[in-house]
Parts: sequence; structure tokens; C-alpha cells
Amino acid sequence: MNIDSIKNGIVVDHIRSGESMELYRMLGLDELDCQVAIIKNAVSRKMGRKDMIKIAADIDVDLDVLGYIDPNITVNIIRNGELVEKRHVELPRRLTNVLKCKNPRCITTVEQELDQVFLLTDPVDRVYRCLYCETKAES
Amino acid sequence: MRHLNDILDLSTEEIEQLIKRAEDIIAHPGDYAEKCRGKKLATLFYEPSTRTRLSFEAAMYELGGVVLGFSEAQSSSAAKGESVADTVRTVSCYADIIAMRHPKEGAPRVAAMNSSIPVINAGDGGHNHPTQTLTDLLTIKREKGGFSGLTVGFCGDLKFGRTVHSLITALSRYPDIKIALISPAELKLPSYVKRDVIQKKEIEYVQTTDLTSVMPSLDVLYMTRVQRERFFNEEDYMRLRDSYILTPEKLVSAKSDLCIMHPLPRVNEISTAVDSDPRAAYFKQVLYGKYIRMALIMMLLGIE
Repeated sequence: MNIDSIKNGIVVDHIRSGESMELYRMLGLDELDCQVAIIKNAVSRKMGRKDMIKIAADIDVDLDVLGYIDPNITVNIIRNGELVEKRHVELPRRLTNVLKCKNPRCITTVEQELDQVFLLTDPVDRVYRCLYCETKAES
Repeated sequence: MRHLNDILDLSTEEIEQLIKRAEDIIAHPGDYAEKCRGKKLATLFYEPSTRTRLSFEAAMYELGGVVLGFSEAQSSSAAKGESVADTVRTVSCYADIIAMRHPKEGAPRVAAMNSSIPVINAGDGGHNHPTQTLTDLLTIKREKGGFSGLTVGFCGDLKFGRTVHSLITALSRYPDIKIALISPAELKLPSYVKRDVIQKKEIEYVQTTDLTSVMPSLDVLYMTRVQRERFFNEEDYMRLRDSYILTPEKLVSAKSDLCIMHPLPRVNEISTAVDSDPRAAYFKQVLYGKYIRMALIMMLLGIE
């Protein structure tokens, strides 16, 4: 199967197989007008199988979202058909408006326009907790 | 500017300073009668509370300051739908320090983020209640002389009991603490507190449903109420309410210098027959709560 290479845009690479749709949703890519290709189960020497997302536009991708989903993801920036930058993401210390607190007693359920903020409290087990009520995020 | 949202916002040295200050206030109350002259404490209580609100108010009055505020959400702008952030921005214009109780967890943190004056968390849902923990620590210090080497039993609702979680966390910072967790299976200490605090700090502990089996080993017995407001289901509340009732008979095997504590209010979990036992410290605990809040108000206002 061939998908055209992009001239200007972004390739999100090394996505764990099966996670590209969740990433597509969390990055809000459904709202873009440009071409977006999701490649599932591509063969990878490093990972066996991987997913990729190609976006034919130079948009700002939320690296925190990528890092939260999988810190092994890489982001390739393409200009004039050339790879100009390879960005590695990391587990973000703080996530703003990515996750929603599920605690019905949390202040975020009633306070007007309050950002949903989660902090990384345990990098080993990848535990995020609500900044306000400290409820653990559901992964 | 400092706020107090969580007991861990204070180092053990700062807690030590607060306890020392509270003990000095107990010894020389007259020296503190004018310390907060001209200062105003705003008590923003979005849910009913007798002890905590009155304790804060008495503390401020005894320091020579004055108090303004509200004691239920219905008598505040919250009833009109005003946000916590807006209320606090407004109150910051009138007062020098805020004590806030709110049924929603994390509300005092939102308040602190929007306030130009210190905010004290006076209880947010089932989350934090740091001034109760300071009260408990002062009580243990006064009654037992210190913290290290004590065996502290927690009995009753260890699942929703925020005072229990905070006190365990605070005590875990002192050496040689041993803990006994006594509760029905449904109200056991949450696994994250057990894992992140007790097991992480390698604290010796026992977990049991039987109070009498651990009673002889205890230096402190911290009783808690099964709180109706933490249950979504009335049936569960009624079933668990009477799990443990402390009576003089159950205290027969206890140490002669046991310290019996309770954050109050009690419903029926300590028989009134225990009140006259010299080991009952729960009403002294109320008094200590006022003194530690006086020390805290002074610290956050930067008054020496």
C-alpha cells in the first residue's frame, strides 16, 4: 500500500500499534481541512508493528498529548519534501485540558472555565493526578 | 505569600515551630492578645461546620483580630452562581487572611490560585483538612510528649476519613511510628494511602477488623465517625454506622496512659461513659485546635 509522501507537514512516527485513532482524536485532527493519513500496523524494524500519522500541513502538534500517550513517539517535520527536524517527546510533567477529572466531588465539576490540570506524580508508573483534588487519572 | 492546602505544605520543622508557638500561647495567652490587632480573618464556609469555624473565629478573636464571612453557601454569592475564584478575589479586598471550607475537593487550591491574601484550607470534601491534622499533632505532642516510637491505632471509617489519611501522612515523617488500621472491610484505608505512605516509608503496621486484639498495644487510639455525607447510598451508611462503638469495657485491656482521640463530632462511636475516663482526650483536642490555629494565623500573616 502506498501513501504519497508529504511536501510540507508532519509525520508522527513510532506510535504503538493500535493507538493512532486515540491520538487522532486527542490531537483534534478531525477538525483539520488538510490531508491526514493514518497508517495502522506498518512494519517496523524497531517495534515489529507501528502506527503513523501523516499530516499535510505545518500545524502545531501538542507534544504534551503525544508524550502522555507514548513518550517513545517521534515527530518529524517535513519542509519541501525534506526531513528538517526530528523531535523526541517526553512524559509531560503537566497536562492542561487533555484529561478530565472523573471525581464527581472535584471543584472542576462546578467552577466556571477552570482548566483541567493533571500533574505527573509518579513517572515510573506514569501516574497523573488532578491538580485540585489529587484523584488519579484513568489511563 | 504562603497558603496552607495540604499538611505536606509544611515541613516537619515548620510543624515543630507551630507546635512550639501553640504551647507558648497556652502558657502565656496574655502575650498574644494584641498580636493580630487590626487584622481581619474571612471565614468562607460553603458547608456547615461548628467546630472548625468557631475554632478559627475564637483563634482570631483571641489574637485581637476580627472576623467576617459566611457559614453556608446559601448566605453567600455562591447561591447566585458566583465562582470560587471571583468570591476570593472580592474577599481579598476586604480581609487579610481566608479560612475556607468547601464541599468540592480542590476548591481551596482554586481559591489560593486567585487570592492576594493567604488561604487556609479548612476542609474540602473528603480531600484535605490540614488544620485538623495540626490539631491532632499538637494533641499527641501534649498528651504523649512526642511522636517517635508511638503505636497509633486508627479505628472506624478509614476509607473516607480525610483526617485519618492526613494524620497517617504527617506521622509517617517521624521515626519508629507503628500503625494499627482497624475498620470493617468496606471502609478500609484506600490502597494508595497504604502503598504510597505506609509501605513506601516501610512503617510497621497491622490491618484488622478486631479492635480488642490490638487494644493492648496502642499508645494512641484515633476514633472516627462513619460520615453520612460521604455515602451516596443511605443503606450502606446505616449498615456500617455501628461497626465500632468504644465502651469502658473495651478499654479494660488498654494501656493506662492511652490517649483516646476523635476529630468530632461523634455520633455514637464513643460511648458517653468514656468521657470521664482520664484517657479521653477528644475535648482537650478541641481546645488545642484553637491554639494551633492561632499559631498558624500568625505564621501565615508573618507576625512574630
